[in-house]
Amino acid sequence: MWRFIGFRLLQSIPVLLVVITVTFFLVRLAPGGPFSSEKAVIPEVKAALEEQYRLNLPMYEQYIAYLADLAEGDLGPSFKYPGRSVNELIAAGFPVTAELGFYALLVAISIGGIAGIVASLRPNSAQDYIPMSVAMIGICVPSLLMGPILILVFGIYLEWLPVSGWGDMPGDKILPAITLGSTYAAYIARLSRAGMLEVMSQDYIRTARAKGLPEWQVVVRHGLRGGLIPVVAFLGPAFAGLLSGSFVVETIFQIPGLGRFYVQAAFNRDYTMILGATVFLATLIIVFNLLSDILAAWMNPRLRSQYGGR
Amino acid sequence: MVPAAHMCFCYSLDYMITMRLSASRFFLSFIMAATLAACGSGESNVERGNREGILHVGNGTEPQGLDPHVVTGIPESNIVSALFEGLAVKNPYTLESEPGVAQSWNISEDGLTITFYLNPEARWSNGDLMTANDYVWSWQRALSPAMGNQYAYMLYPLKNAEAFATGKIDDFNQVGVKAVDDHTLEVKLNAPTAYFIQLMDHQSTYAVHRPTIEKFGKATDRFTPWTHVGNLVGNGPFRLKGWQLNRRIIVEKSNTYWDKDRVQLNGIEFYPVENISSEERLFRVGQLHYTNSIPLDKIPVYRAMENSPYVNAPYLGTYYYLLNTNEPPLDDVRVRQALSLAVDREQLNNTVLHGTNIPAYGITPPGTLGYQPPKVFDYNVARARQLLTEAGYPDGAGWPGLELKYNTSESHLKIAVALQQMWKDALNIDITLANQEWKVYLDSVDQMDFQMARRGWIGDYIDPNNFLDLFLCDGGNNNTGFCDPLYDDMILRQAPRAASREQRYAIFAAAERRLMEQMPIIPIYTYTSNQLIHPSVQGRPSNLMNHVNYKYITLDSNWQAEE
Repeated sequence: MWRFIGFRLLQSIPVLLVVITVTFFLVRLAPGGPFSSEKAVIPEVKAALEEQYRLNLPMYEQYIAYLADLAEGDLGPSFKYPGRSVNELIAAGFPVTAELGFYALLVAISIGGIAGIVASLRPNSAQDYIPMSVAMIGICVPSLLMGPILILVFGIYLEWLPVSGWGDMPGDKILPAITLGSTYAAYIARLSRAGMLEVMSQDYIRTARAKGLPEWQVVVRHGLRGGLIPVVAFLGPAFAGLLSGSFVVETIFQIPGLGRFYVQAAFNRDYTMILGATVFLATLIIVFNLLSDILAAWMNPRLRSQYGGR
Repeated sequence: MVPAAHMCFCYSLDYMITMRLSASRFFLSFIMAATLAACGSGESNVERGNREGILHVGNGTEPQGLDPHVVTGIPESNIVSALFEGLAVKNPYTLESEPGVAQSWNISEDGLTITFYLNPEARWSNGDLMTANDYVWSWQRALSPAMGNQYAYMLYPLKNAEAFATGKIDDFNQVGVKAVDDHTLEVKLNAPTAYFIQLMDHQSTYAVHRPTIEKFGKATDRFTPWTHVGNLVGNGPFRLKGWQLNRRIIVEKSNTYWDKDRVQLNGIEFYPVENISSEERLFRVGQLHYTNSIPLDKIPVYRAMENSPYVNAPYLGTYYYLLNTNEPPLDDVRVRQALSLAVDREQLNNTVLHGTNIPAYGITPPGTLGYQPPKVFDYNVARARQLLTEAGYPDGAGWPGLELKYNTSESHLKIAVALQQMWKDALNIDITLANQEWKVYLDSVDQMDFQMARRGWIGDYIDPNNFLDLFLCDGGNNNTGFCDPLYDDMILRQAPRAASREQRYAIFAAAERRLMEQMPIIPIYTYTSNQLIHPSVQGRPSNLMNHVNYKYITLDSNWQAEE
């Protein structure tokens, strides 16, 4: 197991380096710069700005200087927000995004997991079709639409929940978590249904039933562990996706997360912020994929033995 | 019409998670809690704000920063103008200048020397007295090339300021600003500048607190944290109390401000609400006193209301198309005129724009401090066809094609499509549309890599000069290739020497007439400000700059929603 983890960690170094290099040069190759503006910027001002941000240096020198700073954990000053470092912006936005992602994942697992398991127990019946059709709608309805609908119903007509904000008013975290989680709930429902169907036809389930266990115990004790492996394997990428893909939900609900900074940075050509957020999220995605692989291996005895096991 | 947001959701997700409820129990309690939620009424921001004297403002985007010599946007200036005050301020009803830090000023007979007499009671928020030297030091900072201040040109009317800002001279003593004594500031100008006092209300001419800035770095450093909470020292009616990134900026009434008795608000909270639909929803549930904008499709709904909070007022900005006069077919003035005459601006405004804007026939918005632009042409299809025929394209025959560039946006697209159709119908010519991402589009315009391009210009100060000097031969924002020495002479030499406002405006009108006869641009409409303002907000009149003077604002604590 340790060999497996060590190997995967080593693998991630060149991956990160490629991500940094490609992003570094791509953002600088994109037309338009951080200081192009609607009102003409006089050359003297532009030169002064470029000097403050080292943009007057040749590209390779900028690259080396960036890597040197990065090695010390310094992601540089933001172009768009003078007086703020990228580290500071990530530190302000990430905890919010992570919290939102975590709640969304909980919503996704609880709704999706239950729907999938329920559906798998009586395949091709109404008990299967109804939750699965709902799940399909969940996949198809983008959060761009889901968010405003939930706000209209629960925020404006029923006046039960706040229409936006994050931690400002009780209950303001509920709608964003549901909006962001619903798409993933649908995936999880489909994954857990497929996983459960496969497991429930295995020999050891027949054995469990044969020894007289009630059906719910068969499902909970014997079925779930095997049936949910595909879901667990999906959790890593899903969480990473929630973190990097929460931009729309953050915008609709006025949530001060990283997603908004990240997307704005691209529009603003905020080179250091784009790079900083990319490096940060790439690292997270690598880590979460690794964690979910480890978890999947732990749940699956076959994989466990393959990597040397206990 | 604005209902209170009723909320009593007592369980939070955090709570449920820490209780480690099983998945199904969690789900169940979630539904129960959601159902139970409608059990009482909370107090909305507006209701609490009216009671406590706190104004809640939808402010567009997260500000870049709060350094007056760095920031450029409107959301930033909305906050900076609460934290700082210029030598003069503007009356929100008339937009004429009123005393700020300077209690009075005196303009010499020849208009070349202005003496400001500072209010001896004017103080920084840490209690330090303000002096004329604060201005000398601050203007040196604002003009220093190393500062990279994009609004340095606001001080260019000062003698030698431009030479200093562009690095031609290093000695700031040669620049026309001098502290005669602690409370007297003397300013020398290049030429009489009618709008100079007005510029004193622009953030780039504000004084900044030298000891604070130097505590955190060099005068010209852009990166230092001197504007953060706890560090910032300003001189405005409010001081910085809280700054939660992407969430809100909170300012509270300053007790060192010289005119603090006039200030009725106890504080302001600025919310960076980028999504205008979210902003409208926040307003609807009573979380904002006023919005920055309003979604176009909501306007008819709000218009239909009784006592509508919807406010629509002319704004100091023009939406137009740039024409590249260096390239055929637009190098021919008849083609440019034909294109402009074939645009039915009234129809465009009434359909695509929901009647929210004002059709424009010149570059200067009407009523710019009394100035009315001349109307040189009108919608006239017959004349447009005749002009195109004279130019060699009868009924569109032999038309070489023309491309219109615009930055990607739903509203720009709608306008472009409407005009494309008008040109096809009236002149039988084809125009192709090309959208570009914002920064790419800015590069295209800057390098004049276009035939026809969308453009908007918002005035920095309220004077026709701010629009007409765009089209000087070497104007940095000209972007059309238009160059007329006589026009330059009118703007640069004749207008500043005019004896009266009337005479000056007559020269501007003649210049604008000349410009519109040459037609290097197709004016389309004058902007308006469109926003929602809660009826409890008073002292915030509509004006051409959508300028807010927070000193004038009061909140009616007795205001009650009519349920």
